[in-house]
Amino acid sequence: MINIDIKKELHGAHGVMPLDLAFSVKKGEFVALSGESGSGKTTLLRILAGLEKAEGSIDVNQEKWLDGANALPPQKRRIGFVFQEYALFENMTILQNLLFVAKDKALAKRLLEITELSQLQNRYPNTLSGGQKQRVSLCRAMMQRPTLLLLDEPLSALNPTMREKLQQEILTLHKEFHTTTIMVSHDPSEIYKLASRVIVLENGKIKEDGKTKEILLRTQGSQKFSFKGELLELKKVDVIFIAIVAIGQQIVEVVVSQTEVKHLKVGENVLLSTKAFQPSITPL
Amino acid sequence: MDFTPFILSFKLAAITSLILFVVALPLAWFLSQTNSKTKPFIEALTALPIVLPPSVLGFYILWALSYNSPIGAFFEEYFNVQLVFSFTGLVIASCFYSLPFMVQPLQSGFESLNKNMLEASYLAGKSKMQTIFQVALPNIKPALLTAVIITFAHTVGEFGVVLMVGGSIEGETKVASVAIYEMVEIMDYKMAHIYSLFMITLSFVVLLSVYIFNAKHNRKFGLNR
Repeated sequence: MINIDIKKELHGAHGVMPLDLAFSVKKGEFVALSGESGSGKTTLLRILAGLEKAEGSIDVNQEKWLDGANALPPQKRRIGFVFQEYALFENMTILQNLLFVAKDKALAKRLLEITELSQLQNRYPNTLSGGQKQRVSLCRAMMQRPTLLLLDEPLSALNPTMREKLQQEILTLHKEFHTTTIMVSHDPSEIYKLASRVIVLENGKIKEDGKTKEILLRTQGSQKFSFKGELLELKKVDVIFIAIVAIGQQIVEVVVSQTEVKHLKVGENVLLSTKAFQPSITPL
Repeated sequence: MDFTPFILSFKLAAITSLILFVVALPLAWFLSQTNSKTKPFIEALTALPIVLPPSVLGFYILWALSYNSPIGAFFEEYFNVQLVFSFTGLVIASCFYSLPFMVQPLQSGFESLNKNMLEASYLAGKSKMQTIFQVALPNIKPALLTAVIITFAHTVGEFGVVLMVGGSIEGETKVASVAIYEMVEIMDYKMAHIYSLFMITLSFVVLLSVYIFNAKHNRKFGLNR
């Protein structure tokens, strides 16, 4: 059980923003941390890791990591941290990277097997692809059998295929080691697949906190489908208008009426939804 | 040909480089990691020997180390060591003179390191010392080599400070650069040429090996840009 109650002043783009968070995480839980950039997600992870100062308290299984302004140094917390940009030890081979954390050859071999990296164990990090590097980083984080695993947007620099593969591996590792995990992510499908709980931050405060399904599947009214997108273009075709909307990686065309057009502005975020139709779903 | 001046030059450079490495390592690390307001002051102070005329540096070192100053008197009284016009004095003077050439490459090497990589080492339970020696230094090998070699070469090449603090005592403070100066003074151009060409060749070989090493190092770790 991890109890967190912290305060810190952040100096962001919009002046001073107080970070003020209180929540608990159960042992073995997988929590996704979401929210706009600048809302304090990374800072929270860094405070948990002991890399940044804060006031308040962090209790981890009866151990005091933060008590007032007294912080346990990062060396003593047994944290597994996966940075967005890998941060591997470039002077060491893959295997040496793992063994530097803990001299546990059996565990290193096991982790490299799960992530299919055994063939590459004697290579240096800079000769690997981004996806491979991030898998090494994940293995390295697991080497000290961490009390808490922190993932800071670990997959955002990777392409979609590599992303899916790594999501699967994170899930496998979580099932095998039951490590309490907090992951920063913006990708709803990623959060849905991995996390059982989502915490949404806004301006340094908790905006939403609940079960993944409840938060992600929330739809307004009786709408069956609703997607957030960006309005790219409004075209007039004879008497009707066509809106071009970007939803995720997809571009879609929607017919809109003259009255609707008045409320729309190109470049704005829009919610695209529909109520009465029979969706068909086909495998790709 | 008398090699004593060269041997003296290299002995001086080797000792200076060794002392400076020990002194500059913590200083460069501190400067690379700190956001303290004192940082620019310390940086300016370390860089002073680059811009000061050697005569200014030499004058003050001479003044500070001579028997008439407390420091000079202290060493002479308690250790029976004369600091000026001696090899020991040369070492002290060279340490001041070459300090920036050791600190600056190390500092910029440390600054170029990925901060997250160092943090990953702390999170792996490693102390600052372990992180410096096992993660930071091995990852700045080119900068490390540059720092040591340039300090060494710069000390071999120094002239003004050495002349002021050491004079030209045969076998004690008469290093290669001073020897060449004296040969020119007495118009022994033949020997001056031999000594000078020897210096040029040696310096070129040393610098060439540094650049070759750096290129090889970058290839090995896949850092070709």
